[in-house]
Amino acid sequence: MKLTVSQIEQKANDIREDIITMLEHAGSGHSAGPLGLADIFAALYFSILNIRPEEPEWEGRDVFFLSNGHTVPVQYAAMAEAGFFDKEELMTLRQAGSRLQGHPEREKLPGIESTSGPLGSGLSQAAGYAYSLQHIDNVHNRFVYVMMGDGELNEGNIWEAAMFAGKYKLSQLIAFIDRNNIQIDGATEDVMPLEDLKGKWESFGWHVLEIDGHNIESIIDAASQGRAITNRPTVIIAHTIPGKGVDFMEYDYKWHGMPPNSEQAARALEKLRTLDGKITHEGAGV
Amino acid sequence: MTYPMNESFYSNSPELEPTRAGFGRGLKAAGEADDRIVALCADLTESTQMHLFKEAFPKRFVEVGVAEQNLVTVASGMARAGKIPFTSSYAAFSPGRNWEQIRTTASLNNQPVKIIGSHAGVYTGKDGATHQMLEDIALMRVLPNMVVVAPGDSVEAEKATRAIATNGQPSYLRLAREKTPVFSAPESPFELGKAYILREGSSLALLGTGTMTAKLLKVAERLAEHGIDAAVVHVPTIKPLDEQTILNVARQTGRVVTAEEAQIAGGFGGAVAELLGEKLPMPVLRLGMKDRFGESGNPDELFDMFGLSEEKITKQIEEWAQQTHRYHQ
Repeated sequence: MKLTVSQIEQKANDIREDIITMLEHAGSGHSAGPLGLADIFAALYFSILNIRPEEPEWEGRDVFFLSNGHTVPVQYAAMAEAGFFDKEELMTLRQAGSRLQGHPEREKLPGIESTSGPLGSGLSQAAGYAYSLQHIDNVHNRFVYVMMGDGELNEGNIWEAAMFAGKYKLSQLIAFIDRNNIQIDGATEDVMPLEDLKGKWESFGWHVLEIDGHNIESIIDAASQGRAITNRPTVIIAHTIPGKGVDFMEYDYKWHGMPPNSEQAARALEKLRTLDGKITHEGAGV
Repeated sequence: MTYPMNESFYSNSPELEPTRAGFGRGLKAAGEADDRIVALCADLTESTQMHLFKEAFPKRFVEVGVAEQNLVTVASGMARAGKIPFTSSYAAFSPGRNWEQIRTTASLNNQPVKIIGSHAGVYTGKDGATHQMLEDIALMRVLPNMVVVAPGDSVEAEKATRAIATNGQPSYLRLAREKTPVFSAPESPFELGKAYILREGSSLALLGTGTMTAKLLKVAERLAEHGIDAAVVHVPTIKPLDEQTILNVARQTGRVVTAEEAQIAGGFGGAVAELLGEKLPMPVLRLGMKDRFGESGNPDELFDMFGLSEEKITKQIEEWAQQTHRYHQ
C-alpha cells in the first residue's frame, strides 16, 4: 500500500503512539531509538518496500533486515499499521508466549526476515541475500534493505560486511544508518568516534547519501536513488533525533533503554496526538 | 548386521586419507545433486578442500576473505534467500571466533547454515595450540537446533557431507588436517544420529567419535591380547546422540570408555557421561584432552604426549578395568 507523503507523516505519528503505548504496557524496552526511526519505518512500510503484508513470504518481495534489533518496537508498530497482524497484538510485546519478542525472532513472527539483537550482523545477512539475488539467481527487480544503528558501527562484523558488499558491487543492497549520535554509554563521538562516517563508507566502495531522517520525501527519494545506482551498494546516513516527537525524550541518551511509566506515557501521547499542541486531535489528553 | 570394514584397515599398509578430502568430494557431489548448495570460504579454499566445488560451480562459490564473522552471517542471509550454504574455515576460527554469530543467525534463527571446521583436534599437529581446536565439540553441542558430526574417516566424511546438505538444519562438521586410517567402506552405513557397533565385546565398551574410532579398533585388539573383550562403537553424530545404541551397549558391557581428540569437558565424553549419569549410572572413563591446550609436534608424538596413543590408551584402560566393577542391573 503506497501512501502520499502527508498520509505517511500521519502514519509515522500513529507509529509513535503505538510505540509509547506498547512500551508503557510492556514495562521494559527501548524508547529513544524506535521513536527516532518512526518516519523512516513509515516510509519503508507505506512507500519504499514492495511487500504484501497478507503474504509475508511472497517470492517477489523486497527484503528488510533489522540489524539493531533493540529498535524492533518501531518495526512491530509499522508492521501492525501495515496489516501484517492486528494492532491489539502490539500489547503483547515482551510478554511470555508473545510473537513479539523483546528482540525480533524470525520463526516467531512472519514478516521478520531474521533474528537479531546482538549488534553488527544485519548488514552481512542483507549482503548475503543481495549476493544471492544479484550474482546467483539473476533476479534484478528485488531489493534488500537493512537498518543499522550508528553505535552498532563499532562492531567489526559491520566493516567485514562493508568490504564484502563493496567488492561484489551489491547494487541491490540499500543500507540505512540511524545517525542519532547516541549509544548506551553516551554520545557516539565520545564512546568511539565514527566520523568521517561518509568518507569511511565511500572508501569501502559505497554510494553514500546523507538525509534528514525525519523528512519523508527525502527518505523516499534517497531509497529511490539507491535503487537507481547499478554499480555500488548504497548507504543512507539518516540524521535523526533520538526520542523524536516526545520533547522530554529528545536528544537524551538516558532514554535509550528505558520505557515510559504511565504518567510519562500520558504526557507523551498528548504531545503526539496534538502534534506538540499545534493541533487538536480526537482523544487528545487521554 | 556386521559393519562392513575397509579391507586394508588391519593390513600392513592401511589406506590413509584426511577427512577433509572426503568433505571436498561430498560437497561437490552435493552441489551436483542440488543447485541450492552454495559454498563460502574465508581465504582457505584449497586447505579446506572447497576448491573442487569452486572449480565445478564457480558461480555458487563465494570468497569472503579472512572474516569469519562475515562468513557465517553472509551465509545466513543466503539461507534466507533459499540457498543451502556451506561455510569453511579452520575450526579454531569458525566456530572459534564467530560463535555468537552462529548462535544468533544460524542456530536461534534456525537456518540451514553448514559450519565446516577443518583442522580440528590434535591431528593439526605442527601448527600448535592456537590452531589445534579442542573446544569446538563443547561449543557446538550446546546450541539448540544444531547437528554436530565428527566423521571417523574420509569415506564417512563424504557421506556426512551429503547428509547435512539435505537435513534442513544448522549443522557442524568437524574435520582433521592430517591423513588418518580409513576403516569404513563405501557400503558402510551412515545416517545422522546413528551410532554403529564395529566390534562386539562383553567386558567393556569403547565409544569413539571422529578419528579416534580407528585408534580404538586397534586398542581393542591389544586389549584382547590381555584378556579384555572390548566392544567398539563408532559415534560420528555427537548431537543428536544415538542414546538407544549407547544405552544398549552400556547395559551389555557394564563399563564405558569414551575417546575424542578434543576437550573431554563438555565434549563427546561429557555428552556420554551426561546420558549414562541420568539413565544408567556406571563406571565411565573419558579419554581426550584434559583441561590443557595442545602444542607443536608430529601428531604421533603429540598423541603419545597427551596419553592418547594406542599404547597409552590400552594401558590406561587396563588399569582402569582392574580398579572398576562392571555395572549389573
